[in-house]
Amino acid sequence: MFPKIKLLLGNIFPQLLLILVMLVMVIFLSVASPFFLTWDNFRNVFDHSSLYIIMALGMTFVISSGGVDLSVGAVAALSGVCMAVAMQSGLGVGTSILIGLAAGGLVGATNGSIISLFKINPFIVTLGFMSLARGLALIITGGIPIYGFPRAFTWWGSGHIGPLNPPMLLAAFMAVLAALVLNMSRFGYYTVALGGNEEALRRSGVSIHLYKIMVYLLCGVTAALGGLIVTARLNTAEPLAGWMLEMDSIAAVVLGGTSMKGGRGSIAGTLIACLLLGILRNGLVILSIPAYYQQLLIGMIILTAVIFAEVRSRKGLAGTHKKERSTAV
Amino acid sequence: MSNDAAQGKRIPYIRLRNIKKSFGHVIALDGIDLDVYPGEVMALVGDNGAGKSTLIKIISGVLNPDEGELSLNGKTFKHLTPSRAIELGISTVYQDLALVDCLDVASNIFLGREPLKACFFVDKKRMNRESEELLRRLKVSIPSVTTPVEFLSGGQRQGVAVARSINLQGRMIIFDEPTAAMGVSESARVLELIRSLGDEGFAVLVISHNLHHVFTIADRICVIRNGRLVKDFRTENTNPDQVVGFITGSNRYSGEYTEESITAWR
Repeated sequence: MFPKIKLLLGNIFPQLLLILVMLVMVIFLSVASPFFLTWDNFRNVFDHSSLYIIMALGMTFVISSGGVDLSVGAVAALSGVCMAVAMQSGLGVGTSILIGLAAGGLVGATNGSIISLFKINPFIVTLGFMSLARGLALIITGGIPIYGFPRAFTWWGSGHIGPLNPPMLLAAFMAVLAALVLNMSRFGYYTVALGGNEEALRRSGVSIHLYKIMVYLLCGVTAALGGLIVTARLNTAEPLAGWMLEMDSIAAVVLGGTSMKGGRGSIAGTLIACLLLGILRNGLVILSIPAYYQQLLIGMIILTAVIFAEVRSRKGLAGTHKKERSTAV
Repeated sequence: MSNDAAQGKRIPYIRLRNIKKSFGHVIALDGIDLDVYPGEVMALVGDNGAGKSTLIKIISGVLNPDEGELSLNGKTFKHLTPSRAIELGISTVYQDLALVDCLDVASNIFLGREPLKACFFVDKKRMNRESEELLRRLKVSIPSVTTPVEFLSGGQRQGVAVARSINLQGRMIIFDEPTAAMGVSESARVLELIRSLGDEGFAVLVISHNLHHVFTIADRICVIRNGRLVKDFRTENTNPDQVVGFITGSNRYSGEYTEESITAWR
């Protein structure tokens, strides 16, 4: 008899643990500060996290497929700059946004094409594009930020929809969409299969090039959406925007329980991890802990999470499934 | 199926003619002629490096031959691609590369041809239901079709891989070392499954080092040596010692494989 419930629990265990840690943090911060448990503050956390969530969603697909994309921060900056230049040249807001998203998608698709067709390590290819996209953003702007956009554009960063704002709703919408696509669509199945066993997928007659390119294209587009939010929020297209955002995205994805080896991805985990990191940053500010310590602490949490996940996956293979695996290949 | 007269009239599922393949200076296949018939289990035996794997990779479209041609359903091909081979009903059950560990049994069986509903969502229910039916038909016992494949034993994995091949509308099924690294009872189950596929009318090609297994399931045994097909036996006309003789080259062999020599051996 297969322990189905145990398996189910095992699958969502990392996410459950994250929620638990989050609850502990919320309780602790509520007690420690009267400002923490207020709607204004939570609105702040959600608002801040929405950028990370959107960028990390695309990254979840890439990491599930066994790859990584280091270029997302630079792509966010590049697409923000593209939107700004388009608007300056007199194009409408909608068109400009589409141009920015297309720029992000183009960089992503190029990433994916090179990785897939030339079979080069994604780490190296996207490292190249990190520099390339950043360089392009600097060249286009001449290093000088572009600012002053129409209200219809800045609405995407600082508008209001009832008690919420566009980035939050965009993040929520994207998260639902990403969960549906990753867990229920063919594209999602193949993304996970790419990370699990690329060769098996190829031998089933699936075009792995096409799906790999699509995975990176998706990540490029979410990076561009991140660029939209950053640019609209600051009302400035800054060629150095999104600095180190790739690291934050990767950290959130890994913390959320997506395997860095590929073959396993959790949108819910990514979402929870982004919120957890958001609450952590917020809490450290509220408790007036200097920013330098925030970096230190976040680094420590990510390392702990990764070590924990690794130890757990090894134990899992050696323990519960040993009996069933003993005769396996 | 061992009626020789019937065999003579039947049309081969795939016909290979003068297949040659070299890797740099190494000649892997040096003019292979081979017919595989539906309803027959054919075993391909040979020492390591004899060219067995290269040959099945060519049949399954993973490698392109340098020379020669393959004919199926009256059409002749210079080479195949994996997706073309699948369209033509050829599927290969690999020992290790067949399955995606992190996906469940049903998803693996349907990998590459998931049924959709509303043009977007994978129809999980239908996948599970049809997988269960298929596995029951093949008498493969698996705890649940929603179990990730990584938790299955070697024999169960083999069963899932076979189910997938059949689900891909495979009419010719190739096994690469199906019983390697398997226990005795597990091997027996897999062999039984392979034998039953032959009886159901599939064209089955098996590569194996285990002559005992080969003699248990095969109708025909072909020996490859140094990239040439040196002998084509009906199983009932030979014995393991003779086959070993041809594998190692200690037996004299005719060198050429002609239509006459095939009929002579029948």
